[in-house]
Amino acid sequence: MSATTATTAALALGDDALVLSHRLGEWAGHAPVLEEEVALANIALDLLGQARVLLSSAGDEDELAYLREERAFTNLQLVEQPNGDFAHTIARQLYFSTYQHLLYERLAAGEGEFAGLAAKAVKEVAYHRDHAEQWTLRLGDGTDVSHARMRAACEALWRFTGEMFEPVPGLDVDTDALRTAWRESVDTVLRRATLTLPEGPDSGGWAAGAGRQGLHTESFGRMLAEMQHLHRSHPGASW
Amino acid sequence: MVTATVLEAELLALAGSVPDPELPVLTLAELGVVRAVRLRSAGTAEVDLTPTYTGCPAIEAMSADIERLLHAHGVAEVTVRTVLAPAWSTDDITDEGRRKLREFGIAPPRVHRGPGPVPVTLGATRTLTTPPEPVHCPHCGSAETELLSRFSSTACKALRRCLACREPFDHFKEL
Repeated sequence: MSATTATTAALALGDDALVLSHRLGEWAGHAPVLEEEVALANIALDLLGQARVLLSSAGDEDELAYLREERAFTNLQLVEQPNGDFAHTIARQLYFSTYQHLLYERLAAGEGEFAGLAAKAVKEVAYHRDHAEQWTLRLGDGTDVSHARMRAACEALWRFTGEMFEPVPGLDVDTDALRTAWRESVDTVLRRATLTLPEGPDSGGWAAGAGRQGLHTESFGRMLAEMQHLHRSHPGASW
Repeated sequence: MVTATVLEAELLALAGSVPDPELPVLTLAELGVVRAVRLRSAGTAEVDLTPTYTGCPAIEAMSADIERLLHAHGVAEVTVRTVLAPAWSTDDITDEGRRKLREFGIAPPRVHRGPGPVPVTLGATRTLTTPPEPVHCPHCGSAETELLSRFSSTACKALRRCLACREPFDHFKEL
């Protein structure tokens, strides 16, 4: 693997973890119950730890997190989607943590650049996946309102899921097999939750798989502005 | 692992004697996070430290404490390296470490099982675990305990409640 493709892959996975970590952090002070507040913050912390390792392998972690422009981020569009209601956050978690868990299992089993981190992170992500699955069951197979909200969230985020299975230079995984395993897993969970796998297209015609190419959705710029403004306003500040 | 000299073994024991910053009843050796100490030259030591969780914020405090202690024992140059592989597991916590956790009111992780979440069945209002081995209440010892949340005061713990004495408690979850 060349240094360049290793960096491309580290940035892609690192940006996924960093951006989702920030989104989950936005729940602090707003989660429906205290236990959930703590759970989402813990998941965010795990992701931030993974992001630090990945971004540090590609350069200076702070410069990469705080000083890049929107177009330089190569995270999936899925992870930058606004939190929405709790069901949207859980649907995003279900889609992403299932993908991340299956991906890291494969990377951990290989001997590539990311095997060490993946072997470490896969154990953490197993808890994220379990958390998302438990909530999907509870909301889907819950009240009429929670069922309707969970279904709406799964439908709304579906068009961002296809991008997860676009090949990433530097990542030695069979993306078709990954997609099959992912669909099977998500389908099983949704069925148990009395929901169904959405049927619409899993990518948008206007920018299919474009997050990895640096194209992002409208809300991402506002999220980055909030994430970066302190560092940019006070360069070198510490406390 | 490369054969360590007597001095390296002494320094390893010293680094391992540092208390964990978040669970001060445990030493880093009992937690199983100090992997090795190598002497590069007289007065220059390199320490391998592994995080419990990738994002564990305590790792920086651990590094600083190890550096301070080794400096105080005459090692002029100390470098603490963070190593991820092989990944730390709760099976790396020593028996003495488990005993101390229980005494401190934290249910220790169960051993000899695969890492990751224990499968649960979904109840009407909460999840009740049906693991092969129950998590015992650290206060009264009862095996009748229930999971309240998979995530608790730190990333490495889950929140449970004892159905016998009704006390809530932290469980160092299996990783």
